[in-house]
Formats: sequence, structure tokens, C-alpha cells
Amino acid sequence: MSNTKNTLVVASAVAAAMAASLSAPAHAQAQEKCYGVSLAGENDCAAGPGTTCAGTSTVDYQGNAWTLVPAGTCADIEVPAATDGMARMGSLEALDRDLPA
Amino acid sequence: MTVSQTSFRAALLDAEHPAPAGLTDGHGTPARKRFDVYRNNVAVSLTEALVTAFPSIHSLVGDDFFRAMAGVFLRQHPPSSPVMMYYGAEMPAFLADFAPVAHLPYLADVARIDLALRRAYHAADATAVDPSAFGAIAPEALGAVAFSLAPAVQIVSSPYPIHDIWQMTKGGSKPSAAAQDVLITRPEFDPVVDLLPPGGAIFFEQIGIGQTLGAAMETATGHVPDFDLGGLLGLALTRGALTDLTRPPAN
Repeated sequence: MSNTKNTLVVASAVAAAMAASLSAPAHAQAQEKCYGVSLAGENDCAAGPGTTCAGTSTVDYQGNAWTLVPAGTCADIEVPAATDGMARMGSLEALDRDLPA
Repeated sequence: MTVSQTSFRAALLDAEHPAPAGLTDGHGTPARKRFDVYRNNVAVSLTEALVTAFPSIHSLVGDDFFRAMAGVFLRQHPPSSPVMMYYGAEMPAFLADFAPVAHLPYLADVARIDLALRRAYHAADATAVDPSAFGAIAPEALGAVAFSLAPAVQIVSSPYPIHDIWQMTKGGSKPSAAAQDVLITRPEFDPVVDLLPPGGAIFFEQIGIGQTLGAAMETATGHVPDFDLGGLLGLALTRGALTDLTRPPAN
């Protein structure tokens, strides 16, 4: 890539970026801190653990919990094929073969 | 009463261990039950901390599975600091090796997003580059400007559709099968996750090591021929990802 073309590309990109960032979104969506409430469920635990310390004395979780399988949304997810070309999907049944002895 | 810290800690993390020798109750008898309660409280509270720390993983594998897995994690990786807000840094590596989730290979990278969000939340404030500052620079000099990345900025790259998966845990739709990189920033008070366009991760990496705008663009274009600098720079400015604009010396 020649320097001249490079310069042109950068200059026009910067112009586009300035236009994009100076137009509405950034300022229209300005946040205000409201009792530590975070955006729409996305960052509900953003600060992480440590502000509370529940010391409830329920029964501890045992190693035999591995008869459980992940429940939730994972089974719906398609992931890219493995290196051997085998299609992979999130699957609840697949746990049967991967359990440790 | 003398109890070594080593034996106390070993017994704390393994229920098969007896209560540490020398630990007695008010009557001078071994405080086995009291120690059991304490041991349980440690495990339960660390499990709660991990549920708070990894909401996306919790959502993906479900509550029962997550809590059971947390019990294994916390015994392998007890906290190394009394400050809990960063607890779980070893979670991505743990998930990558944990046989019961071997068929969910994207979990480690999704956990990296959860970690990055927390780090971004606690990262130092920084004054972002004002987009209008470019107006004062001659167009032919723009390729030679350089920046720093804001302390909150983090990139998570993955061969899996981690942005879609992360969004799905917040109620988004089913992911497509594609590699995705994400950008974590903190424009104001709360961290934000954005999908990076192709070449975006390379560009941010180059800017982060001090390359100029022009050089970073060239490197990114070398990997992704239709790399869109304008769109990416717009995102970076909108999210306050760039700080400390430095101009080339005038000549």
C-alpha cells in the first residue's frame, strides 16, 4: 500500500469516525449513576463478589453432583466443527461419554 | 491450643480431612462439628461469590450444575487474596480442562468476558480522546498519531460465537456458528460489551503496543483485506476506548 493511498484511507476513516462519534449516540445515551443500578440486566454483577458474604449453613455440594448435567441454554448453541470435521453442538447427552472414571 | 495454619487450611478444603488437631471446644474436646459448620460456610460463601462472578456461565450450565462445579473449583483454587472482587481468575483455564463440560468448548471464552467485565468495572478512570481533537490535525498527519488504550479496555478473542452466546444469556437469540471477538469498555459507569468487526482485535492490539494509526491499520488490513477503519474508530471513540492522543512532532 502506497503512503499516499494510506494517508487518504486514514484521513477519510477519521472523518467518518468523527462524524459517527459526534452524532447522537454517545451523548444521547449518557448514563447517570442511580443507586448502583446497572444497565438492563447486562451488568447486574459488574462489581463482582465481595459486597455480601452469605454464610448459610446448608448442605455442602458433594462430588457425586456430577450425575447432574448442565441445564440451561447451552444445548441450543451450535459451535464450529471440531478439527476432525465432526459437527459439534451443545448437548446434554454428550456428558455421558466425557464423565471422568 | 496450637493449630498449624497448614493443617487448618488442608482440613478446610477437604471434607475427608479430620478437624485439625488441637482445635477444641469450650470443654476441651475436639471441635469437629464446629469445624464442619465453618468448613461448610467457607464453601457455600465462595460458591455464592462464583455465582455472582460468572453470571453468564451460571446461566449457560444452570444453577445446580454451576454450584456443583463451583465446589470443585473453589477447592482447587481457593482465594489468594482477601479481596473477593477478582475471585475466579483461574475459571477460564479450569473450564477448558473440566471434563464434564468438554463438549461446551466455548465456556472458557465466555468466562473471560465475565472476568473482563469485572476488571473493566474496577479499572481506573481515564480521559478519553475527544473526537473533535482530530479536526486540529492535518489530514496527511493523521496516520502518524498514536494513542493509549483506556485502562478498562479489554479484548476477548474466540473461535466461537462468544458475543452471541453472551447476549443469549441476557435473553438474546440463538447464536450462529462463527468466530467472534468482543471489545469490553466502560464509556461511563458500567462496562459495555461490543462485537468487534473482523480485524478489530488486531487493530486494538497494535494500538495498545504503541503503533500509529496508520501502522495499525496496515497490519489489520494485512490480515483482513476489507478492514473498515472508519467503523472501528467510530466505535472506539464512542466507547471512550482511546486516551492520550499523541501527534507526530511538527516539521
